[in-house]
Amino acid sequence: MLQPLGLSRIPDSAEALRPAVRAFLDEALRGRPTDQLARSWMGFDADFSRALARQGWVGLTLPRDYGGGGKDAFHRFVLAEELLCRGAPVSAHWIADRQSGPLILKYGSQKQREFYLPKICSAEAFFCIGMSEPQSGSDLAGLRTRATRSADGWRLKGQKLWTTNAHRAHYMIALVRTHGTPEDRHKGLSQLIVDLSLPGVTVRTIGDLAGDAHFNEVFFDDVLLPADALVGDEGAGWAQVTAELAFERSGPERIYGSIVLFDAWIDYLRSLKQPSEADLILAGKLLAHLGPLREMSLALTARLAAGASPVIEAALVKDLGTEFEQALPNWLADALYASPEQAPPPMLLRTLHYVLQVCPTFSLRGGTREILRGVIARGLGLR
Amino acid sequence: MDALLADSFERLLAGVCSPAVVREVERSADASALWTEVEASGFLGLLVLQWGGATLRDAFPLWLACGAYALPLPLAQTMWARGVLAAAGLPMPAGPVALAPGTRREAGGALRCPGVPFGALARALLLRMPEGEVLCLPLADAAVQRCGVHGSLQADIVWPSLPADALRLPPGTELQAAGALITATLMAGALQQLLAMTLRYANERAQFGKPIAKFQAVQQQLAVLAEQAFAARMAAQIGCAEDGVQPQRLRAAVAKARAAEAADKAVAIAHAVHGAIGVTAEFDLQLLTRRLQEWRGDHGSASYWHAELGRALIAAQGRAALPFLLDTLLPGAAARPEDGT
Repeated sequence: MLQPLGLSRIPDSAEALRPAVRAFLDEALRGRPTDQLARSWMGFDADFSRALARQGWVGLTLPRDYGGGGKDAFHRFVLAEELLCRGAPVSAHWIADRQSGPLILKYGSQKQREFYLPKICSAEAFFCIGMSEPQSGSDLAGLRTRATRSADGWRLKGQKLWTTNAHRAHYMIALVRTHGTPEDRHKGLSQLIVDLSLPGVTVRTIGDLAGDAHFNEVFFDDVLLPADALVGDEGAGWAQVTAELAFERSGPERIYGSIVLFDAWIDYLRSLKQPSEADLILAGKLLAHLGPLREMSLALTARLAAGASPVIEAALVKDLGTEFEQALPNWLADALYASPEQAPPPMLLRTLHYVLQVCPTFSLRGGTREILRGVIARGLGLR
Repeated sequence: MDALLADSFERLLAGVCSPAVVREVERSADASALWTEVEASGFLGLLVLQWGGATLRDAFPLWLACGAYALPLPLAQTMWARGVLAAAGLPMPAGPVALAPGTRREAGGALRCPGVPFGALARALLLRMPEGEVLCLPLADAAVQRCGVHGSLQADIVWPSLPADALRLPPGTELQAAGALITATLMAGALQQLLAMTLRYANERAQFGKPIAKFQAVQQQLAVLAEQAFAARMAAQIGCAEDGVQPQRLRAAVAKARAAEAADKAVAIAHAVHGAIGVTAEFDLQLLTRRLQEWRGDHGSASYWHAELGRALIAAQGRAALPFLLDTLLPGAAARPEDGT
């Protein structure tokens, strides 16, 4: 059953990270146009990720033994919300930092940890997540990509689709079938690390409506993987993915996706002689949504830090968060043209339309709205 | 102490505030029997510094319970009024105290407080004079006119002239913010109860051969109801995150505005799931939904508080949303290391 989310306090040691991150970003993001910054965790910049790694801010929660920061989830929360709210282009390392690294740490072998984690922490290894397939999106358990045991490892055959960053990531953690048939559903699934430079891997990029390219089709044509490509236990893929999704869904990126646009709009209002009453009300309305969302997201972090896996609460906060992220550009689009003779500044316009174009994806990634509401319903004891 | 206190307060309300009692008070505007029980419990002095110095944080779960039980008394308001009066060294008036959303002077020197929540039950009123001073006035000489909305305990309160025995509260008495915050917290409590009732009904009511809770379309609606209840609760909790008895205006604004928006969606879903029985007098759902609709407006609607928040943000030149939130709105470093688990 769902437990109410309480207020949490970020420990002073984690809060102390904030000024340093702000100072770093002042420098590193100087001069970047707002419509680029609006891409935030969809913005890919390997050099930026490596600069961040040099600060020790990639793999912040991974143990020091593997090159990580050895910090708790609160440190990552502070770092993440500062990066996201400034629109830092964190996409290159984000998935590895958020999911793949913690996954390998938790389920990986010692050898896997020693091999991958230092590369993640230095932003030399970027990861993507191979889940969706052509016939298997929300119905993930029906996936068909199959790995079969070979003499000295695995033979991988199949196809992934909508894989973000596969064309510029070094590794994919793929959820594949190692036993049974698609009818066996959650049973017989496993997670494998796929080196995307191996023969037999073909990556085809899919352009998006905003002129960017982040989605991919990935084909595996009898790709030979070593035996230790398997992460965790054979057949335990579904449980591992579920735990991983709690990380994916509970992060502050699920509330701050449109925040660069919000700030740009607020700056625009400040530049006007007299913002309209309707604009003031809208600004306050957005703030009144954002504040509680942020505290709810922080409460999830507190539960993660305490070792819990708040799967259901994470679904609840993500659904509320993405609703806010999507409402924001739509409300602003209305507000900005409330006086048609007054055209918004071009950069604000480009930022608005970028967010309007991509915001439908906010409630698709990491579980669609309908899937999340199903998870919440289960938490309410209805399923 | 928090959980124990809240538990024993809930047990009190479970014992004295049945739906039948709520209906009877609404009909008669006489809550004297209920008041006697509540007063005897000792909870009214919670925020009185000399009696233990509880804060708004401690009051939060109790105020939630008042909302969940649709308590037909300004108990939360009286608790707060007693706290601020005692802190100012002023005597505490007998009986329930209501908080006035507004005050105006009328021709001939009369003083009018329109639309006072729980006004029909109050024996004293905290009000803010047009000049800004906050007063506590007994209702002995006042005319009390119920607003006429079915079941509502709201009333207009009019004094022919300012009573001589007015108590003057010190500057910094955040009457409007307290009214908004208390209302928001009552709403958050009512929303939790609304969710529980609606879940129960959806699991009991069968159509097409199975409980309606088994239909995806209903499940999705209930998930949204849960989300709204959670958001309102968190917003109210932010407002109550004070280590004293005076609320902070902008936090109260978040609480009230967010609770009002949540109520809008949640009431619609609760009624949709209940069907026709939900709008009957004898089914208890209406005790919550009528209140939620009324409370949305009490002490300022969402738009009122949104505008205040918006003005504060726009005025904070050079500050982005996150720094503004962290420095102004969210409890942050001031928060006690509470749960999260």
